[in-house]
Amino acid sequence: MLTAETAAAWLHAFAEKINENKAYLSELDSAIGDGDHGSNLARGVQAMEEKLQAGGLETVQDVLKTAAMALIGKVGGASGPLYGSALIAMAKQAGEDEKDVASIVKAGLDGIQKRGKAEKGEKTMVDVWVPVCEALKSGALTKEVIQNAVDGTKEMKATKGRASYLGERSVGHLDPGAVSSGYLFEALLEGGILDE
Amino acid sequence: MSKKAVGILIVSHIPEIAEGVAELLKEAAKDVSITYAGGTDDGGVGTSFEKINTAIAKNEADDVFAFYDLGSAKMNLEMAMEMSDKYIRLMDTALVESAYTAAALIQADAELDNILKQLEQLKVK
Repeated sequence: MLTAETAAAWLHAFAEKINENKAYLSELDSAIGDGDHGSNLARGVQAMEEKLQAGGLETVQDVLKTAAMALIGKVGGASGPLYGSALIAMAKQAGEDEKDVASIVKAGLDGIQKRGKAEKGEKTMVDVWVPVCEALKSGALTKEVIQNAVDGTKEMKATKGRASYLGERSVGHLDPGAVSSGYLFEALLEGGILDE
Repeated sequence: MSKKAVGILIVSHIPEIAEGVAELLKEAAKDVSITYAGGTDDGGVGTSFEKINTAIAKNEADDVFAFYDLGSAKMNLEMAMEMSDKYIRLMDTALVESAYTAAALIQADAELDNILKQLEQLKVK
């Protein structure tokens, strides 16, 4: 169940995955972007951890909003406004119904698309968020769903984001934002939030 | 001397680009309020939501043309715009050329419609 505690634990697990894979994310980004996705996100999640650990957050909405503001302030690259917009939208939806994880994540996807204007198939994090939202809705989110979505970005040609400058040359590389979004949802699964 | 009613905001991933473009514009537009935000909070490559907020607040005009370099600068700009009371005109145009065009035309008291029409031709994003 999603509560202020499990939401904070979810984001903490996400932060750990980002830190563990910081070099890998930047390496992926070096191939088709500006090479800073790992270090940018690591800086963001560190600020997020500091805010979350300060405590005093009583609702899921508070936790998500606090995380959003830290990421917006500290990330520096495109992933700051994108994850920030996702979390702000998720916080808002959690204010309506903090138990409905599927609707909360869907609100996050809407927030990302409103900010970044990306559609499915453009080799961005949206290509992970869309199938994850669909799976959550039917109660069928698994590690495989996430992994397949992440791997699916490899053969796509980027038409949004920094990788779009490379055109055809972006094919054959995983999208770093898709990979980091994969970590977010793996953390969601592992946190047991979806278990009743 | 009082400033023009319309200002200019420059946002770049690199502090020196933002500062440099502003310096170029001031050559043509000494009475236009020009503010800029470049780089991340710690001066690295990227854009900072905080720096953009500050640059919007510091601009003496309430109607501001905003020019940026790459996509993530646009996203941070959009977030800052949503939180500002000022009227920000986000331009998807070639940074240096269009900002210079706008600066020169604002200085010359050109009508906004004319400025927008000229900038439209410099749209690249």
